[in-house]
Amino acid sequence: MTVASGRAAGPSLWMAAPALGLFGLFAAVPLLGVLVLSFMRWDGLGDPVWAGADNWGRTLTDPVTLNAMRLTVVVTVVSWLFQAPVSLLLGVFMAGRQRYRAVLSVLYFLPLLFSAAAVAIAFRALLDPNFGLGAALGAPLLAQDWIGSPDLALWVVLFVVGWCFVPFHSLLYQSGVRQIPASLYEAALLDGAGRVQQFFHITVPQLRYTIVTSSTLMIVGSLTYFDLIFVLTGGGPANATRILPLDMYLAGFRSYDMGRASVVAVILVVVGLGVSLALNRLSGANRMESRTEGA
Amino acid sequence: MSRRVGAAAPNVVGALAGWLWLAVIIVPIYYIVVTSLRPQADYFAENTLSWPSHPTLDAYAEVLANDFLRYLTNSVVVTAVSVAVVLAVSLMAAYVVVRSRRRGAARLFQVFLLGIAIPIQATIVPVYYLIVQLGLYDTLWALILPSTAFAVPLSVLILTTFLRDVPRELFESMRVDGAGEWRTLWSLALPLTRPAVVTVGVYDALQVWNGFLFPLVLTQSADTRVLPLSLWEFQGEFSLNVPAVLAAVVLSVLPVLAAYVVGRRQLVSGLTAGFGR
Repeated sequence: MTVASGRAAGPSLWMAAPALGLFGLFAAVPLLGVLVLSFMRWDGLGDPVWAGADNWGRTLTDPVTLNAMRLTVVVTVVSWLFQAPVSLLLGVFMAGRQRYRAVLSVLYFLPLLFSAAAVAIAFRALLDPNFGLGAALGAPLLAQDWIGSPDLALWVVLFVVGWCFVPFHSLLYQSGVRQIPASLYEAALLDGAGRVQQFFHITVPQLRYTIVTSSTLMIVGSLTYFDLIFVLTGGGPANATRILPLDMYLAGFRSYDMGRASVVAVILVVVGLGVSLALNRLSGANRMESRTEGA
Repeated sequence: MSRRVGAAAPNVVGALAGWLWLAVIIVPIYYIVVTSLRPQADYFAENTLSWPSHPTLDAYAEVLANDFLRYLTNSVVVTAVSVAVVLAVSLMAAYVVVRSRRRGAARLFQVFLLGIAIPIQATIVPVYYLIVQLGLYDTLWALILPSTAFAVPLSVLILTTFLRDVPRELFESMRVDGAGEWRTLWSLALPLTRPAVVTVGVYDALQVWNGFLFPLVLTQSADTRVLPLSLWEFQGEFSLNVPAVLAAVVLSVLPVLAAYVVGRRQLVSGLTAGFGR
């Protein structure tokens, strides 16, 4: 190979080695490691020992893990049902050009600045039955033991998760709505379509890619809610909010059963990748790729 | 037709929902601020949502006296080093993906594409094993290395998208002038993709700054504690001093809030980076 053709081939792949090395060592290798560890017994201190399929049998029949799976499905479905419509409506609202809406959009963004730990701590205090919101407003209905009651804690978690993530998704919808050609609405107006008809016949169909992207992030995100719930409820009371990521952490780093934790982790990876790929296929094309082809 | 869409009848339902959501957002934030200004004794006596009758900064003083600045420094160090490393290695990788015609460059892109779908939490057990084996447990490197690794895929993807928009002729003319790849990267690719680099940097910084799981599992002592973890520890320590706990929350948000005020546009585009459009 001559020097000239070597240069024409562009930069050496070695330039990508640091990125690939970091990603490989601390992300790709652990991904394989979690599969291996799911077949080993390890308490987090000594050396892992081979255990065969023992962990899998144990974990898949463990009522705590089975309950965690059920809760994860509930959290995923309900938080989508709550967040998707609210984000869509807010996004449409924020896309308006009125001055006051611009100001509101700035304020809507504020929850994104807080760490999940900060949000959870604030809501713990706010929902205190004796000194929180209920007492302040003199409303006994609001003065319940929100976090201490197994029946209520899950709803609190779903609400606080929404509080944290709706701003992000409404931003996605806002930018989506702003890209809908105004001519579509003008034509609809000429045809005498009302606001509701415009919303369902123009806005929603035009936003289908945004809806798929946002829903994918919400659903895969539900599989990874950890810090918020960990600080808010710790998975309790009585495991009422112990979804799979918490089950993994508590099994591994509280019960020192890394094998069981790894089994749960493998389940999370498989479900997460599966959902991403399925929704991606559903949307027709991989948008990231299609965009690069056009360039 | 000159009638604009906005000139239609006012959207009453939308506006109502908008103001309602504003209340949902603002009430908790207002509560955090007023409570952090309330003397501890008054917390149990006064109405939670009232303006404090004796506003004080005692809670803040107490938090600052409890090593808050050390945790702040740790967070700053971890975030700054992680972001600097991510940006450097990701820009190099994106440059290879866009400019290299060698075999493997396209494959490289697909590896990173797959990488964004990995849920971080799920790898925490092997990451813990790895960090212990490397002798990095309870050091700031234990936070920097995994945080960096997990930020790389998305950063490479976004930078790649931007780098593709740089006209090919510019690269060619650099080459004709005899510039090597490193010089082209430094004096052409970097300046032209600066907005994207800022956006990616902001996004990654926010992720690392607010990260909780890595610090929880990979560090232990107060010397390596970062802000989100310190909030959690404060909550355990000062369980009866709610104003102090919330003062710590306010202090932890202030640096991000300052960044928001200065660079709202970059922050917003940073957060929606890669997902928008």
